[in-house]
Amino acid sequence: MKLLQDSLLELIRRTSTEIPDDVHKAIVDSLEQEKKGTIAESAMKIIDQNIALAKNKSQPICQDTGSIIFYVDCPLNFDQMAFEEAARQAVKLATSKGFLRQNSVDSISGKNDGTNVGPGSPTIHFHQHRSQETTVRLVLKGGGCENVGAQYSLPSEKLQANRDLDGCRKVILDAVLQAQGKGCGPGILGVCIGGDRATGYEFSKQQLLRKLDDKNEREDLDGLERDIVSTANQLGIGPMGFGGKTTLLGTKIGVLNRLPASYFVSVSYMCWAYRRQGVTLQQDGAIQNWLY
Amino acid sequence: MIQLNTPVAEDAIRALKVGDEAEISGTLFTGRDAVHKYLHEGGKLPPGVNFQGGILYHCGPVVIKDEHQNWKCVAAGPTTSIREEPYQWQVIRDFGLRGVIGKGGMGDKTLAACKQYGCAYLHAIGGAAQVLAECIKRVPNVYMMEQFGAPEAIWEFEVVRFPVVVTMDAHGNSLHKEVFAASQAELAKHL
Repeated sequence: MKLLQDSLLELIRRTSTEIPDDVHKAIVDSLEQEKKGTIAESAMKIIDQNIALAKNKSQPICQDTGSIIFYVDCPLNFDQMAFEEAARQAVKLATSKGFLRQNSVDSISGKNDGTNVGPGSPTIHFHQHRSQETTVRLVLKGGGCENVGAQYSLPSEKLQANRDLDGCRKVILDAVLQAQGKGCGPGILGVCIGGDRATGYEFSKQQLLRKLDDKNEREDLDGLERDIVSTANQLGIGPMGFGGKTTLLGTKIGVLNRLPASYFVSVSYMCWAYRRQGVTLQQDGAIQNWLY
Repeated sequence: MIQLNTPVAEDAIRALKVGDEAEISGTLFTGRDAVHKYLHEGGKLPPGVNFQGGILYHCGPVVIKDEHQNWKCVAAGPTTSIREEPYQWQVIRDFGLRGVIGKGGMGDKTLAACKQYGCAYLHAIGGAAQVLAECIKRVPNVYMMEQFGAPEAIWEFEVVRFPVVVTMDAHGNSLHKEVFAASQAELAKHL
């Protein structure tokens, strides 16, 4: 139990303070692409400095350490309740050490008890599998980018979006347009086509577990992912919405079945401060290896 | 690089234009959702807090106590400003602000108040909590911590060369409006 708690604390620390390699590479690439002497380039330079500074000082990349979302893949007979307790203790500890901001408040009274533990915080998704391995992935998703997430119900007359992939493309690009400036771009989109209002958003967030340089198994969606990124980067929105070349660093799209009556496209926007990390755990709870 | 020192004179703010990069030295007060709602509803600033000629920072920092029991800011990037759009114009008018730091820009009411009262919207780099915390040399005070909690409290920061970009100036110009209009027109060509 203590080992597991220590492992989760280390997972939280590293997620909050270090950007994954795939994201860092995309950020460095976009810094090189921005025109020299522009405010877009200045913004990307500050972002790059910030990533180095956060890692060296072991302090949060962004002060909004976000919603704490664990994804656990576990074997049969895994003690989920023990895991939940260890996760809550690790979150409290990480908060007291300043890896997490006191970031969870009672929705009605606004009271902040300073622990980050309460109804819905942390959120833990368990998924059982046949393998003996336990993997824990963590996403810390800040409020600024969460607030610009969007869910569209197709058809949309306003956007002239029908129930087909072209309609999906139109609404996803609308989400990029509307998010400009507010979501701390350059951003990354997790998208779910289908599902219901709850599962659609949930699955769109799960897309953010994919590495930026992976390839969608479905050819049509792979094409759409690339098209969204390349089109968004021609709009001139740029880092922070200052104008510039890099608006998106990536787009990941998943599909769920839907009811004949429904056609939702759910978009989760992730900021450049893309805090995602994961570990494989040994039987005793110690960290075996890092996933990103 | 333009240098701004607090308290800021009106003519220094009116000299700024959209796209300028500037560095701020002096005192910043933080204030976000709870503070704006409180002031809008007629709340008074606590003794020790003075916004006259001052710059308000939309920020909910991570602040801890160091080994000498002094406050130390370990992460302090801007929060999204548009949530304060219903209140900001009034806070500019009533409390004499010369600058508002945040991210994402604000709307027409704030833009009009900037023009009328001599204020500018100064964009900090969202998410750059460490670079910005490095510019905070001291945290002399915190106000309304009990009432609002740490992220929502009014923190007093002493800053040196805190980097910002002017994205809404005192002449009615907004970079956010310009980029939105241009990107919307460009998007129409790709649909």
